[in-house]
Amino acid sequence: MDTQSQSWWQRFVAGLNEFYHAPYRQTLARAARDEEDLFMLLLFCESLGIDNPASFYTLELQPIFLEQFHEWHQRMGMPRCPLQHGGCC
Amino acid sequence: MNSAIVLLFGVLAMLAGYFVYSKMFAKHILGLDNSIPTPAHTMKDGIDYVPTNKYVLWGHHFTSVAGAAPIIGPAIAVIWGWVPAMIWVVLGTIFMAGVHDMSATWASVRNKGQSIGSIAGSVMGGKVRTLMMVVIFLLLLMVNAVFGVVIANMMIKTPTAVIPVWGALVVAAIIGQCIYRYKMNLAWVSLFGVVALYGLIYLGTLMPVAIPETVFGLPDNAVWILFLFFYAAIASLLPVWMLLQPRDYINGLQLFVGLILLYGAIFIATPDIVAPAINHNLPASTPSIMPLLFVTVACGAISGFHGLVATGTTSKQIDKEEDIRFVGYFGAVGEGLLALGAILAATAGFATLADWEGVYQKFGDGSVGAFIDGGATILNNGMGIEIVLSQTILTVMAALFAGTTMDTGVRLQRYIFQEFGEVYNLPALKKGVVATLLAVGSCLLIAFGAGGIDGSGGMLIWPLFGTTNQLMAALTLMIVTVILLRKGKTVWYTLAPLSFLLVMAIFALILQLKTFYSDGNWLLIFLDIIILIATILVTFESFSVLRREWRQHRA
Repeated sequence: MDTQSQSWWQRFVAGLNEFYHAPYRQTLARAARDEEDLFMLLLFCESLGIDNPASFYTLELQPIFLEQFHEWHQRMGMPRCPLQHGGCC
Repeated sequence: MNSAIVLLFGVLAMLAGYFVYSKMFAKHILGLDNSIPTPAHTMKDGIDYVPTNKYVLWGHHFTSVAGAAPIIGPAIAVIWGWVPAMIWVVLGTIFMAGVHDMSATWASVRNKGQSIGSIAGSVMGGKVRTLMMVVIFLLLLMVNAVFGVVIANMMIKTPTAVIPVWGALVVAAIIGQCIYRYKMNLAWVSLFGVVALYGLIYLGTLMPVAIPETVFGLPDNAVWILFLFFYAAIASLLPVWMLLQPRDYINGLQLFVGLILLYGAIFIATPDIVAPAINHNLPASTPSIMPLLFVTVACGAISGFHGLVATGTTSKQIDKEEDIRFVGYFGAVGEGLLALGAILAATAGFATLADWEGVYQKFGDGSVGAFIDGGATILNNGMGIEIVLSQTILTVMAALFAGTTMDTGVRLQRYIFQEFGEVYNLPALKKGVVATLLAVGSCLLIAFGAGGIDGSGGMLIWPLFGTTNQLMAALTLMIVTVILLRKGKTVWYTLAPLSFLLVMAIFALILQLKTFYSDGNWLLIFLDIIILIATILVTFESFSVLRREWRQHRA
């Protein structure tokens, strides 16, 4: 397959992918955000010392998710970081 | 008259509309300007607002707006003769639908990609927005009820389509898993999907499935309707990536394949139209062509539903303003072409006039059945595909369209009920299952309430659905007219179709009210009155807003 036909094929596949994904991008993004919100809630529970079954994972992941945690607590109506120690803002 | 000549005339007229009329409208009225950045760029978020290639976006817009309605409406309307239906489809597409879709997209692009409901609120006030929400709810209610009845009829009429129609769900589910779980290449998955679907169609012709005429005392029609709504309820609760998304995708591919097959067969077989140009031998109790033609054919001539798509998703993905013309206007042309194909299949696919009259024995007859039988004859003559296989292909095409619309419609209704739960603080209504049961229950009430226990009279709702659809289109055109008036532009291009639609809608509702009253159908009388009140309110609101704007503009 030469370069020209390959690029045509790649363009075709890209268009096909767009045709498949675009109509439901918003729905899926919303669902992903809801999942993330639940996860963040678990992280928050962890910080308050409330037992949760996924504590082993959530506590470990807190530093990695700090930026997302910041977006989440603002989305949840808390303009400042709710954590007492080592928060995000 | 030869169908190929009629088809050629229709296609050329619509293309002329695109190349001449839409160009003038885009340049002088809307003032499309590529130097103005679109929301896809200014609000780009990688989710809703994404600049998209205009051909891909046209594909979206077209496949989102084209469903079973541009097949059903025209295939019913040919009872008055093929000429009125064709003129309405061609002129409606050129002067109304194209303008409607294009200007709705434009209005949204110039208002940060807002939906038509939000624009209604900001341009016309809360009263119009509330009216619009009522109209949208009624539109969804009726489309789900009618499509349930239509698919049930198709399952009984063409038993060979049962396996492919339901098998398509399995194919869609497999595609969904391949894309999301196994990250497979979409091109190969698509090829598998199309091959599997057509394999199922062939299998269906070998293994027709018919359920008994009565099951637990219920007629087969009613059983299929219940079964369909049970499925729609389950489907609306599943995550979209599992079923709805791949199903929509297969439908899109199937739409292009079906149109190419049908148009190709008409040009190869060139069958003569056997139906009368204008039918002077109308069956008794057929309603008057004026105004019923203009509400019987909504999708395919002008449809308010397009405004929801144009302002819901399309406008957020417009890359350059000038793309609006291609995506909006040409999207409407695509639907017009589908309606034109339906008219020719339902009028040229019969051997004699007597055969055709045998199908169209009363208003509401023919419909999808005539499209399938007539289209299959044309496919058989043009492409050499055997008649049973042709019937199955066209049934699957129509049933998949109607089914996907039902899936989406029930899901949207569920959201509306859940929103009611949020607004009025009703905890039970916020639950997905309860809201789904209410959505499905209200649709079943309409389907059986309008047509009795076998649901066979469900098609009585069709003109009411068309009227509601035209009312929605009128609302969208009114918003665009007000925006144009404020910009000091000529408004006649949108005001004329808006006035025409409102007059026809009121006229049709009054006539139908008389019919429902003489039939003693209280459920439809109630629905008719609600829509009539909404139409009158819209008319008065339009008149007062336009008069106020006109005065301010001239002052």
